[in-house]
Amino acid sequence: MSTSAVFLVLSTFLASAVEVVETLTIVLAIGVTRGWRATLIGVGAATIALAAVVAALGPALTVVPIERLRLVVGALLLVFGLQWLRKAILRASGFKALHDEEEAFAKGLEEARAAGREERAGLDWYAFTIAFKSTLLEGLEVAFIVLTFGASQGSIPLAAVGAGAAVVIMVGIGAAVRAPLARVPENSIKFAVGVMLTTFGIFWATEGAGAAWPGGDASLLGVLAFVTLSSAALVALLKRERVRIAVA
Amino acid sequence: MKRFARFWWDFVVGDDWRVAVGVGLAIVAVAVLHHRHVAAWWVLPAAVLLLLYVSLRRAARS
Repeated sequence: MSTSAVFLVLSTFLASAVEVVETLTIVLAIGVTRGWRATLIGVGAATIALAAVVAALGPALTVVPIERLRLVVGALLLVFGLQWLRKAILRASGFKALHDEEEAFAKGLEEARAAGREERAGLDWYAFTIAFKSTLLEGLEVAFIVLTFGASQGSIPLAAVGAGAAVVIMVGIGAAVRAPLARVPENSIKFAVGVMLTTFGIFWATEGAGAAWPGGDASLLGVLAFVTLSSAALVALLKRERVRIAVA
Repeated sequence: MKRFARFWWDFVVGDDWRVAVGVGLAIVAVAVLHHRHVAAWWVLPAAVLLLLYVSLRRAARS
């Protein structure tokens, strides 16, 4: 397996893992308080909608010439990845609160208990819509990453394997422990995903714009090292800034 | 339609639209330099570092 293929699987696995952890927390909170039938139907409906998006867009992307695809996908991934990385750096430096699954679970429980009961189509409509929306929104990020990474790398199935493996593993653990997966180092994984998305975005957008990397595909590792070190330096810089603001 | 566009804007661009504009300009710069036969592989890494630095400084001070 080539270096870029390993990165492809690893990136989709990690991105999918954090989104599944967040979705599981909400689904668990809804299921525990409102019952599982409407909740699981909501999750199932969103999963079918996501599969339809991937099935419709996947083949369409494969007919676009690779250079044009890499330019568009690279630009999108770079903007999208910088958004992840920016938030991750703000979290790591203390300027943004860390994502806490236990806190999110407690909030979800409270909201689910407080919400009124409305039946539609024989379902608890609150449980159905919240489960559907949370699965669809978190899943869209994974679908976006799978489609863009997979199409640019010429292997949507390989990208889907990484994402699918994360879903199976995380849902399996979640079903076994029946509690939010608070021990998953979610904030660190988000940082890593932000670094990977930004790295691939830089790499493909540069190639898509016509420029060549010295050393070809091997320079992907150099870009990865550059983005990682730059991000670590920015975290250190912001931590110092935070201390300065606290002292002033 | 407006809500649909808003969703995709928030989904891809997020909190700081200046980063997206900067990325667009940097990609144009790569294409222009390449067209003039100048090595341009360094442009995007440099632009990313600069854009992140400026955006994070702004966020930290707000």
